Amino acid sequence: MSAPILTLRNVSYIVRGARLLGPLNLTLSSTGITCILGPNGAGKSLFLQLAHGMLNPDSGQILWDGAPAAQTRQSRGFVFQSTPVLRRSVRANLAFSLAARLSPRKGRAALVDQALNAARLQSQAQQPAAALSGGERQRLALAQAMVAQPRAILLDEPGASLDPASRRALEDMVRQAADTGTKVIMATHDLAAARRLADDVVVFVNGAVAAQGPAAEFFTAEHPAAVADYMEGRL
Amino acid sequence: MDAMATAFGMLIGFDPTLWSVIGLSLRVSLSAVLIATLIGAPLGAILATRRFVGRQALIVVSGAFMALPPVVVGLAVYLLLSRAGPLGSLGLLFTPSAMIVAQTLLILPIITALTRQAVAPVYRDYSGLFKAHDVAPMMALRITLWDARFGVATALLAGFGRAISEVGAVQIVGGNIAGVTRVMTTTIALETSKGNLELALALGMVLILLALLINLAIIGLGRIGQRFEEARL
Repeated sequence: MSAPILTLRNVSYIVRGARLLGPLNLTLSSTGITCILGPNGAGKSLFLQLAHGMLNPDSGQILWDGAPAAQTRQSRGFVFQSTPVLRRSVRANLAFSLAARLSPRKGRAALVDQALNAARLQSQAQQPAAALSGGERQRLALAQAMVAQPRAILLDEPGASLDPASRRALEDMVRQAADTGTKVIMATHDLAAARRLADDVVVFVNGAVAAQGPAAEFFTAEHPAAVADYMEGRL
Repeated sequence: MDAMATAFGMLIGFDPTLWSVIGLSLRVSLSAVLIATLIGAPLGAILATRRFVGRQALIVVSGAFMALPPVVVGLAVYLLLSRAGPLGSLGLLFTPSAMIVAQTLLILPIITALTRQAVAPVYRDYSGLFKAHDVAPMMALRITLWDARFGVATALLAGFGRAISEVGAVQIVGGNIAGVTRVMTTTIALETSKGNLELALALGMVLILLALLINLAIIGLGRIGQRFEEARL
């Protein structure tokens, strides 16, 4: 495993006395694609939002390359499952992502063009982003996350409710991002997608890490009961 | 019918008395809209996008004060600006400035409340994006206000419509002095009571025309906004 990019130390998240996540102790390597697996309600989305610094943990530390998550958000991209977009054109949505990261105005147009190419959205550049199909919106969301060349991207169930062709196009983008050195952390309950994409895997059950390891070993190994129940659809 | 024909003649012939009254009305009401917008639009946007102590109270007050009776606002401003009042030393009573103050107070709740209503759904859609991108608060406010611009413009037009058509507040604080504080609505009331229907009718036509134009603009902006909304489906 390469040097860790993300370190969680004793992280817990509690709402009205109920512990929704943790205590978590976890490190993720700085390269490749990490798939966060687990049944609905296991804490995958919550983990991503905590890891990105959008939520503050009730206890513990979340560090990216040694720096607190909330202070380094601009060095990462985040893709929501619901893919919210601005009520503007596709191009303007990409420009917004650059402006939010205070990218120099001069180079923005070229970066937006690159992102449009990568997402195969050149012909829809001037269309309202909200008029895109589900698959196109997901590609736009991923392009928005990638446009400022982040250190890492976090994706929350990006392939959910997409048709096979759209899912494949999205997975191609995710793989390309990882191949060019961006760390990808992707929450999914699609085991087939995880098999295709993951370099390593973390399984959450009931807000805790139930298993973690390289994907090649994970998908052939024996698992503890909770993980086996999830893998075989009993959880 | 004769009165109506004379009224038309005064409008088309650019009667100086008529057009000076129209000019003062527009100056007072547009100034009030400008000031109320500078205060009310940011306040409405902040109410829609921020959580703070007293926010709910401000929302309730701005909503309730949308229907403030103009005479009550006029009375309050009169008491403030009269010689014995706390701002009496400014000497503003019975001047266009006093009328601007009264109309500003009258439409401030309208612009605040309608801006909040226009901005809130846009911000609800955007707040996750802003958080994920770690967008600075001022930038988030700017983007949200711009993308809610059709709704905000409707709020301004509603404020202008209320200001230009009210009579109670400007009558009390302006005093309806000819050539100084006489505006369209106060002139209509006065001239009708004197039986001089031509001038009253001509001003009435201008007010109705303005009301039509404002409503057309609101409908037009609503349609444009809706088209943007539909593009989201």
